[in-house]
Amino acid sequence: MSLSLKSTAAMPSSSSGPEVTVPSLGKDLVGLEPLSAEQIQLILDTAEPFKEVSERQIKKVPALRGKTIVNLFFEASTRTRISFEFAEKRLSADTVNVASSGSSVSKGETLVDTARNLEAMRIDMVVIRHGSSGSAKFLGDRIRSNVINAGDGKHEHPTQGLLDLLTLRDKFGKINGLKVAICGDVLHSRVARSNIWGLTKLGAEVAVCGPATLMPRDIESLGVTIIPRIEDAIQWADALNILRLQLERMTAGFIPSLREYNRVFGVTRDRLDKAPRDLVIMHPGPMNRGVEIDSDVADGEHSVILPQVTNGVAVRMAVLYLLAGGSPDWAEGGER
Amino acid sequence: MPTRTPLLDDRAIARALTRMASEIVEKCHGIDGLVLVGIQRRGVELAERLARQIEAAEGGKVGRGKLDITLYRDDLQTIGPRPVVSETRLPPSLDGRTIVIVDDVLYTGRTIRAALDEFADFGRPRRILCCVLVDRGGRELPIHADFVGTSVNTGPQDRVDVFVTEIDGRDAVELVRA
Repeated sequence: MSLSLKSTAAMPSSSSGPEVTVPSLGKDLVGLEPLSAEQIQLILDTAEPFKEVSERQIKKVPALRGKTIVNLFFEASTRTRISFEFAEKRLSADTVNVASSGSSVSKGETLVDTARNLEAMRIDMVVIRHGSSGSAKFLGDRIRSNVINAGDGKHEHPTQGLLDLLTLRDKFGKINGLKVAICGDVLHSRVARSNIWGLTKLGAEVAVCGPATLMPRDIESLGVTIIPRIEDAIQWADALNILRLQLERMTAGFIPSLREYNRVFGVTRDRLDKAPRDLVIMHPGPMNRGVEIDSDVADGEHSVILPQVTNGVAVRMAVLYLLAGGSPDWAEGGER
Repeated sequence: MPTRTPLLDDRAIARALTRMASEIVEKCHGIDGLVLVGIQRRGVELAERLARQIEAAEGGKVGRGKLDITLYRDDLQTIGPRPVVSETRLPPSLDGRTIVIVDDVLYTGRTIRAALDEFADFGRPRRILCCVLVDRGGRELPIHADFVGTSVNTGPQDRVDVFVTEIDGRDAVELVRA
């Protein structure tokens, strides 16, 4: 099918010149690593008009009317799942939520079988969260529907990376040249990886800061610097993205105690007061107040933690909108 | 080889806008509750010019809005790559107000249909009118314009190009015949 079929006949009553369409993202969104800077920019730019939709009294546009989207969550999630669901509903898509407990997944069905069975019911998109790194790509390569990664193991969480980028861009007006420090449990964090890819592609300088036990080997190969002390990271950065310390890490022996973590790496008011400039504070949630971030920082005037959540819906609407416009030949992805 | 014929030059566009501005005020009995809503992108510039003319003549503020109808298109499910979405900005409430939709070209009527659907999600205007710089015929829906800059008969292969200074660096309307 030709991609320019709409230029004269179908829509434009304003036939002033050829219509502007956007370059494609491809069939799936599995991470920010495979995307170009232009594609990331495109998603952020597309998210802008979607912010306004959520401010309307009737928060709904018919853009994805008739599309069926399955939210396939094999791991616990509140924020991300609700954010995706709002995004889908505000675009008028029909949605179904599948959680691993209480579904055939708990009876031992494989991921691909689950997805193929869903596809047999004629769905259009799958949003997947899964504990195994690479599961989103694995699925995307095997089914025809668009696949959006909502977090796969320690690999990526692209929509979180995108909403962090959008929030930084809102705050600073640009990403290029910004200094962003990602603090905490980088080792287990898919948020950190998506942030690193997105930020470096758009020209920001990225540093990581955290206990050596929670720092992946060779992290510098992603183009980031390691700042071992949180005080130094605060001196250096324009913005801090403070990762959640997963409490189970303590029992696994990565850190001695939560109190010690807070004493050495916690982002506190005292530490921030010594910074040469006001730092923008981000956190992907859910927060452990008093561990990685103190309450007066989380609720402080430079915190953009709640704007991050608001932007999450807009960014996810943009991704859904852009992927739903897939050209027919992408549908060959599924091997039957 | 397509031929390009000028339909309106900058002065003709200015005269058409002046005339339409006074027609709008006349038909709406003043500017109370009036909102001019431009369709992205060139309709927004035309609406702004009309609003300024009306304000100069009437000495009061005229409401303005901009509308992107992309998400309300009826062909969104069938087209391949996604059209760019631009900003929508409307007054907080449209209830009881008189809306004049401003666009550059009226053709199939599908843009106006989409705009009417979108307004329904913003409230219940008292009245909605339609103002276009060029009516090129070829309607596919029962929609008409209340204020027209100029009318021209065109075929489906033809194109009407509207240029506005704010975007294109000049004011002109040209007919491109295939």
